[in-house]
Amino acid sequence: MKELFQLFLAFARIGGFTFGGGYAMLPMIQSEIVERKKWATEEEVMNYYAVGQSTPGVIAVNTATFIGYKNKGIPGAIFATLGVITPSIVIITVIAAFIRNFLEYEIVSHALAGINVAVAVLVINAVVSLWKKGVKNVFGFCMFLAAFAISVLTNWSPIIVVVVAVLAGTLYGTYSGRKAGKE
Amino acid sequence: MNVFLALFFEFFKTGLFAVGGGLATLPFLYNIAEKYTWLDAANMSDMIAVSESTPGPIGVNMATYCGYNAGYTLGGVASGIVGGIVATLALVLPSVIVILIIARVLDKFKNSTLVDNAFKGLRPAVCGLIAAAALSVFLSACFNIDAFDKTSDIASVFDIKALILFVIIFVFNRKVKLHPIFVIIPSAIVGILLKM
Repeated sequence: MKELFQLFLAFARIGGFTFGGGYAMLPMIQSEIVERKKWATEEEVMNYYAVGQSTPGVIAVNTATFIGYKNKGIPGAIFATLGVITPSIVIITVIAAFIRNFLEYEIVSHALAGINVAVAVLVINAVVSLWKKGVKNVFGFCMFLAAFAISVLTNWSPIIVVVVAVLAGTLYGTYSGRKAGKE
Repeated sequence: MNVFLALFFEFFKTGLFAVGGGLATLPFLYNIAEKYTWLDAANMSDMIAVSESTPGPIGVNMATYCGYNAGYTLGGVASGIVGGIVATLALVLPSVIVILIIARVLDKFKNSTLVDNAFKGLRPAVCGLIAAAALSVFLSACFNIDAFDKTSDIASVFDIKALILFVIIFVFNRKVKLHPIFVIIPSAIVGILLKM
């Protein structure tokens, strides 16, 4: 029960400090889940992101469900998911009910301009540490470059990237595995 | 049909079919606004702006906001709160179910080289996708991309205050590894003080 509560709290902190899309959650996940609690490794987080990207629903929620399940089964999945959505429910309800002109406050846009810079640094750092774990050889580098280029230059769905990466990984693994077997 | 039931049904559908993150839910939300009187498409751009500028996943924020508005239209603040909770839970329920199934299947194939190989291709690709996201966050935080179109002045493209803040946080964060919260909060304060 204690650990379920900890899952809830950790993900509530993550939900409460994610500004931007699902990727903005990565730095929070790395420091809360990977470094502090050691509930998942960096590689596992990347796996979850890949699956979360290509399955229905919000990526942040999918990742929370995954990590919760891995640690405490179905109750863990439920507590982690409830944790990640609770700050949204509270904050949005308060804004909708009491601060209808939220966006008109200048202080909000100034604060956000500062926050966006912080998020940029945090996400860049997150990419650097993912790079160390995820890109290990020439094949990995090619996959990285291809996914980056497609994402920057086209507006194709990330699902295409994911599907192609699965196929490429399978082919590469089988080929290099066979070669290793022969030697 | 009862509005809460309709909310649940519509947001469950959105959660089930919107693949690829929060913004993928938008077409579904517009569709809901067309179908029902309790959600007004005219408010949508405001709701998107608020959802993007408050913490939490955008898709979840949008669900809470839409649910609140729907409930509020019919019965004031109390049913607004219920509406927000119903819509949000309905949105995440399909992902929880789908991910639980996938997690169990992956557990079974934990030692399969096929799955292992697939993830060997996926991990660097995901890293590339996130790098692209990082680039776009960096550009929108530190540059005024459309300023050049208006003024044709190259210097106006650079957001000097933001760039200086970026360099300071970046260098500082290399030396002292801080929890993201302690990077975000001071940056918000700097943003307010400098009127960024």
